[in-house]
Amino acid sequence: MMNNELKHLAARVARKTVSRRDFLGRAGALGVSAVAANSLLADAVKAAGPNKGGHLVQGMGGGESTNTLDPASTASQVPFGNLRHFGETLVGVSENGELTPRLAENIEASDDAKVWTFKIRKDVEFHNGKTMDANDVMRTMERHSNEESKSGALGIMKGIESMKVDGDNFAITLNSPNADLPYLLADYHLVIQPDGGFENPGNGVGTGPYIVEVDEPGVRHVFKKNPNYWGGDVVNYDSSEILVINDATARTAALQSGQVHLINKVEPKVAKLIDRAPGVSVKNVAGRGHYVFIMHCDTAPFDNNELRMALKYAINREEMVDKILRGYGTIGNDLPINAAYPLFDETIPQRKHDIEKAKEHYAKSGHDGSPIVLRVADGAFPGAVDAGALFQESARAAGIPLEIKREPNDGYWSEVWNKQPFCASYWGGRPVQDQMYSTAYLSTADWNDTRFKNPEFDALLNQAKAELDEGKRKAIYSQMANILRDNGGLICPMFNDFVDAVSDKVAGYVLDPNAELSNGFAPVRTWFA
Amino acid sequence: MHPILKLLVQRIALSLLLLLAASAMIFIGTQILPGDVAQSILGQSATPESLANLRAELGLNEPALTRYFDWLFGALQGDLGTALTNGRDIAESLGARLKNTLFLAFWAAVISVPLAIFLGLLAVRYQNRWPDKLISAVTLTSISIPEFLIGYVLMYFISVKLGWFTSVSTIYDSMSLGEKLSAIALPVTVLTLVVLAHMMRMTRAAILNVMQSAYIETAELKGLSMFNIIRKHAFPNAIAPIVNVVMLNLAYLVVGVVVVEVVFVYPGMGQYLVDHVSKRDVPVVQACGLIFAAVYIGLNMVADIVSILANPRLRHPK
Repeated sequence: MMNNELKHLAARVARKTVSRRDFLGRAGALGVSAVAANSLLADAVKAAGPNKGGHLVQGMGGGESTNTLDPASTASQVPFGNLRHFGETLVGVSENGELTPRLAENIEASDDAKVWTFKIRKDVEFHNGKTMDANDVMRTMERHSNEESKSGALGIMKGIESMKVDGDNFAITLNSPNADLPYLLADYHLVIQPDGGFENPGNGVGTGPYIVEVDEPGVRHVFKKNPNYWGGDVVNYDSSEILVINDATARTAALQSGQVHLINKVEPKVAKLIDRAPGVSVKNVAGRGHYVFIMHCDTAPFDNNELRMALKYAINREEMVDKILRGYGTIGNDLPINAAYPLFDETIPQRKHDIEKAKEHYAKSGHDGSPIVLRVADGAFPGAVDAGALFQESARAAGIPLEIKREPNDGYWSEVWNKQPFCASYWGGRPVQDQMYSTAYLSTADWNDTRFKNPEFDALLNQAKAELDEGKRKAIYSQMANILRDNGGLICPMFNDFVDAVSDKVAGYVLDPNAELSNGFAPVRTWFA
Repeated sequence: MHPILKLLVQRIALSLLLLLAASAMIFIGTQILPGDVAQSILGQSATPESLANLRAELGLNEPALTRYFDWLFGALQGDLGTALTNGRDIAESLGARLKNTLFLAFWAAVISVPLAIFLGLLAVRYQNRWPDKLISAVTLTSISIPEFLIGYVLMYFISVKLGWFTSVSTIYDSMSLGEKLSAIALPVTVLTLVVLAHMMRMTRAAILNVMQSAYIETAELKGLSMFNIIRKHAFPNAIAPIVNVVMLNLAYLVVGVVVVEVVFVYPGMGQYLVDHVSKRDVPVVQACGLIFAAVYIGLNMVADIVSILANPRLRHPK
């Protein structure tokens, strides 16, 4: 009975005859948890059907006049948002971390996880009128993986031995097993283009729910609804626009004055103020991105694990989350992995700030007491210079002399990161553990920015790749996490939230840990209330 | 040859020489920037292979001198090359941005120059009385506040609180002139406030200086009317410093407004240049540098030419 009453109320909320607040209050009185009540509400709103029409404007930071629509060279937020409008990948990853079929209807793996077959959806049309087929898929994968490729996805495309097309099926054979291959192919760069986009990679022709109308890099990008979209009438807006607003204050003002409906990259220091402002609300979701201090395990003095452990105990993670992220984040555990990843072992003990242990390890390391240079720049992550200062203070309490060297933002990624033995850095995270570890913690990885070379760890990683049983894989990942946590060169104080702000005019926003603005799908998932 | 003509030819030749020197400086400057183009384009997600591939494609392995002359001759023919980062034709993208920059600078100048000169004259008229002091106080205050702060304050009150004008000044071709003017109202206001004081104070000082000189007194004693004194004696001698400072501020409106562009999301050349500098897109940086140098040198040349022409001593040499 209780359930019926709530369902009835939820339907009325959807029709806007009862306020959301009243509904949640009533649900609480009936003893229904807020989570359950909210999901009930979401279902009711879905059933009532979203409104159609209108022109959505997203004010986004992270766009430059150097941008292009070429999926291979996408590296910042606005080009990513563009791809989400006009392009589509073979598979997607849902907000719950599950694989969802997109241009591939069905995925099958051989028992050894070496051969993967994707059944390509029929009746999908590119914006130029051409029908998409398995050849386009193969050519796209070729462009991102061949030797001349400049694609940002080149790293994850390694390990492909051969690809072939058989009717509607596209098959990939790998050099070595990889149980996570479909997740890798969900990478946002791997947008399927006609003939792989070899001829004109930046022409913005894809299969996505929106069609490119205006492309002015660094200024604005306008898209109109694709009437021939294979998924049917899923898009609620007539048109969608990304307005590039790199200045944080200007972005906030544009949202508050109603010129844009959604913004990304809300600064943690103003997020609470914005949330209190009328007509807008802040949406934050714990993602996989993390702020780190990285030590080269093969360079003195960091080649000494006692010193690495001393530094790991000397950092105050809670303080960093409070002061650098203003609470919009969670503490790290010297791992690049957190609960946002599938198959994460939550029982791994949390490393705490412990001055006594730091002193103990520091004494054992036998370090000569010369200052340990930590290089930072605000370009590494927002607040990195301040985080360095906090680290210096907490290390001093343990008798460890840190020297903070501030580097210019300019050229930080080419001159400091992955070159200097101890510096601040940032990782955006990956959809699955295997990809994160393979990208940066495997001995032979290009971006092994901690120079972590551990044969046991590598062996476990390869073992997990071939393991299709999830329970066993979880156990292997747990073992690896413990090795990395106690031996690695990674000091991970915090995971940052994605912080967006949304106008009350917009309904249907879904929190998605994959990326900001609902994993870039806000123009598809939301509608005007 | 008439001495004035000779002076003018000399002045113009000097400008061209200066521009050539500037082009060399720009080229050298872009060569010694730290970091690597390919690395900057690919960012943190670069692998050694993709870096090597990109470097070869961008032709970064040719000698610098060859690249300088190729670039210079290309630029003289209006061919600025293509952007390394997104492969677009630079002359085309730059042209659109330059048009926007000039549009903003033009309207800021249309408002600020007459206003500054009018306020300067008003200040002279009421010298050392309250209107003079008020004008000076207000304009000097506005020039002393950083422009982004004025921008944010205007944005908060006029755009967020009152909703009169938009805080985002993005303009594009399909907008009507009225819509464009409404969009740029706030940045024009900020720029006016920033450049007003300099021109106003210079006008005031120049006119006061001239009005106190002996030949004005002589003119008065000759019995000339006030209008004739100003027209024939005061104005020609005050115009040179005023034009100089006006040109300097016009040049600023064209080349120095990147902060205002960023704050108001205006698609001008400043932001375009900054984006390409941070990506080491050398051809674009060089093209922007060359245009900025040309604007600066050109406007200063105009100022000097006007001064030469306006100077009675040069026009009537003994």
